[in-house]
Amino acid sequence: MKQPLKIVVLAKQVPDTRNVGKDAMTPEGTVNRAALPAIFNPEDLNALEMALALKDRTEGSTVHVLTMGPQRAADIIRDAMFRGADGGYLLSGREFAGSDTLATSYALSCALKKIRPDVIVAGRQAIDGDTAQVGPQVAEKLGLPQVTYAEEILAVEPEKLVIKRRLEHGTEVVECPIPLVVTANASAASCRPRNAKRVMTYKCAMAASEIAAAPESAAALRAAAKPALQIVEWAAVDVDPDPQQLGLTGSPTKVKRIENVVFAAKEAKKLTAADEDINELMVELIASHTLG
Amino acid sequence: MANFFSDNKDLQFHLQHPMMRKIVELKERGFAEKDLYDHAPQDFEDAMDSYRRVLEIAGEVCGDVIAPNAEGVDHEGPRVVDDHVEYASGTVENLKAIVDAGLSGLTLPRKYDGLNFPLVCFVMANEMVARADAGFENIWGLQDCAETLNEFASEEIKQKFLPWVSAGATCAMDLTEPDAGSDLGAVMLKATWSEERQTWLLNGVKRFITNGDGDVSLVLARTEEGTTDARGLSMLVYDKRDGGVKVRRIENKMGIKGSPTCELVFTNAPAQLVGDRKMGLIKYVMSLMNAARLGIGAQSVGTCEAAYREALKYAQEREQFGKPIIRFAAVAEMLANMHAKLQGARALLYETTRFVEIYKQYTHISHERPLEGEERQEMKFYNRLADGFTPLVKLFSSEYANQLAYDAIQIHGGSGFMKDYPCERLYRDARIMNIYEGTSQLQVVAAINAVTKGTFMEQIGRYAAAEYTEAMQPVVAKLAGLTAKFAEMVERVETGDKEVAGFKDFHARRLVETAGHIIITFLLARQAGEAEEYAQSARIFCKLAEGKIAEAYAYVMNSTTEDVALFKAVAGEEA
Repeated sequence: MKQPLKIVVLAKQVPDTRNVGKDAMTPEGTVNRAALPAIFNPEDLNALEMALALKDRTEGSTVHVLTMGPQRAADIIRDAMFRGADGGYLLSGREFAGSDTLATSYALSCALKKIRPDVIVAGRQAIDGDTAQVGPQVAEKLGLPQVTYAEEILAVEPEKLVIKRRLEHGTEVVECPIPLVVTANASAASCRPRNAKRVMTYKCAMAASEIAAAPESAAALRAAAKPALQIVEWAAVDVDPDPQQLGLTGSPTKVKRIENVVFAAKEAKKLTAADEDINELMVELIASHTLG
Repeated sequence: MANFFSDNKDLQFHLQHPMMRKIVELKERGFAEKDLYDHAPQDFEDAMDSYRRVLEIAGEVCGDVIAPNAEGVDHEGPRVVDDHVEYASGTVENLKAIVDAGLSGLTLPRKYDGLNFPLVCFVMANEMVARADAGFENIWGLQDCAETLNEFASEEIKQKFLPWVSAGATCAMDLTEPDAGSDLGAVMLKATWSEERQTWLLNGVKRFITNGDGDVSLVLARTEEGTTDARGLSMLVYDKRDGGVKVRRIENKMGIKGSPTCELVFTNAPAQLVGDRKMGLIKYVMSLMNAARLGIGAQSVGTCEAAYREALKYAQEREQFGKPIIRFAAVAEMLANMHAKLQGARALLYETTRFVEIYKQYTHISHERPLEGEERQEMKFYNRLADGFTPLVKLFSSEYANQLAYDAIQIHGGSGFMKDYPCERLYRDARIMNIYEGTSQLQVVAAINAVTKGTFMEQIGRYAAAEYTEAMQPVVAKLAGLTAKFAEMVERVETGDKEVAGFKDFHARRLVETAGHIIITFLLARQAGEAEEYAQSARIFCKLAEGKIAEAYAYVMNSTTEDVALFKAVAGEEA
């Protein structure tokens, strides 16, 4: 008997570092967020798909997105709703500003304690920081088992999930009791597209602060009238945290120095078509994981 | 990360047409459903916002899923397994993406789970799908069969089939047979009423059926025993889940290889009658064909878009004699002409779509309540325009798809002849477009009445009476001259036809094309008033029109009635 699951996807709005132009970095060496479009972190979309697929096979399940960020991060919650999520939570406030992964996972875990999901799915890592720490840290803080590098949820059994992990030299199938944290790998199924009817239904979904910003707009009036169109918005005080562990105060990470790496032409190596040379090249490419 | 809507300003321009306000009002019946459905629009702005958003989704699915799959689908193709079609793996992926994105039942009413979008949006999505993969467009675009059910079928049939189409069921229209292609009146597939099973049973063979193994099939069949012409034919709907139809083979085609073209064997296949008996060909197939012709117009314009983009990209990248080949006058001229034809065909496509839309909406409204006098007149007005413009858009856009695909290969040079670039697929795919759903020759037959009965000339008069910018005055002046030539040609042909029957048929294509060249130039000149970037296309298209009309004019004015016999003599040649 498959029980309904309460599923939460941890997602982050990130600058699109895949299409960087010359203005991508400030002279100080930090990311110039204004020059880069804000997007749904790509592996979080894999996580969302994993959650939605899980929902599809367990009747009555729900999928909500939890994100921490400024008001405009509500965009990715709406995007998730267009793709099939039931709703979302926006964790927003100046107390959270300047969080490193430790403070971020702390804040998220406070919110998750309040939501109490059965399954938490996160993307493996975000393309702005590339740390892959937040998912595992959340699991630790909540005292939950974690399955990282997940590629597919193979089966839902009573009280546990069977999950395929993508590892360096192959795959591994593990069973993990519910509740748990799963981090989705980029090799997992890509996210389903936004759905036409859902877009038309949820395009006016708004967080409380967005409604407050323009209360007389047609969209805000619609959102205010329908609970299904309201994105839950929590400030720090709503999730009962230890203020010392939030934001900049709670972030031990200090950036010491940033180095600009300039790619220069590498040394050239001449190979002949002889078997020996080809063999050597193959060995080298396999050793560097370029092949195989 | 490609989006075929966001990257296409021309397409976005046509969505903004002022007539959209009227179209949306009609389609939404004054926004009567705004409180009934969460996804129904509240007002015009809300509706337009939704159209844009959904077309962006369609553009993304086309750019990110369908286009990357096109080459694989072309190579793999569908196959017959246990008497049924198995699509290429890329086609299966495409269909899943389309269903996930909710892009089925686009124009169907909300009560049948459709999106209730205007035809303009459907045609736009159609065009983008075709740009991504013309073969897949056939499978996706056939959902417009459901519109024929929506217009003519009983409520029971609608409730059974339409929500299924909205959920992604694919369709087919089973018309042609081995001995009934263009001449559909010769259809022989038999439908007999079974008292025992209380259903119609279909027996016979259909051939050249696009997506023949689709979930929902509209079948043209002979219900009246002993008849041999169109008056004995009716339209029936067959549900694949009921069984009784086997796919005997899939044709091995030159292009649109992903689209399965089937030979079907019906053996006591149960089916339900759509609408009235004996009206199959006379009424329902005509409606189906008009919609399908607009569909091929969209498919052709999508193919033009793909061919132009491939050619432009290659011409910018390929260097010879130390510079990109686009900087050679001969190549630049080809590309500029391709661009003008693309924008011209698209202008005609959406003008036609708007005419069709308005008269179709009035038709639907007339089933709900009696139309008022003014509405009835408007319906007649747009119906007449739609009847003339539909074959015109099919004729021009499908010929242009071929011309642009041909030119795209020419610009690629030797590389274009190789299988390495998409242009060779476009060339093969385009070749069917001026053949199926009525050849170009048959489009001329369908459009010639609009020449001789004055529909085109009256509409040209309306375009001429509109206001144009200062920059467009030289084009408008030339158009006045071309219109005068057109009038002379029509008069000459009509006089000649009175002397020798067949003179009009002989010159029909020249007359229809002349009207088309004038109309498209007017449309581009009008667009130039709203967005300056169309001035270039308007001027270039005007030059094309001048050349083409000069040729047609010389041919017609120098032609004598003896030419009819001169050209008919070939019929006596031995093959």
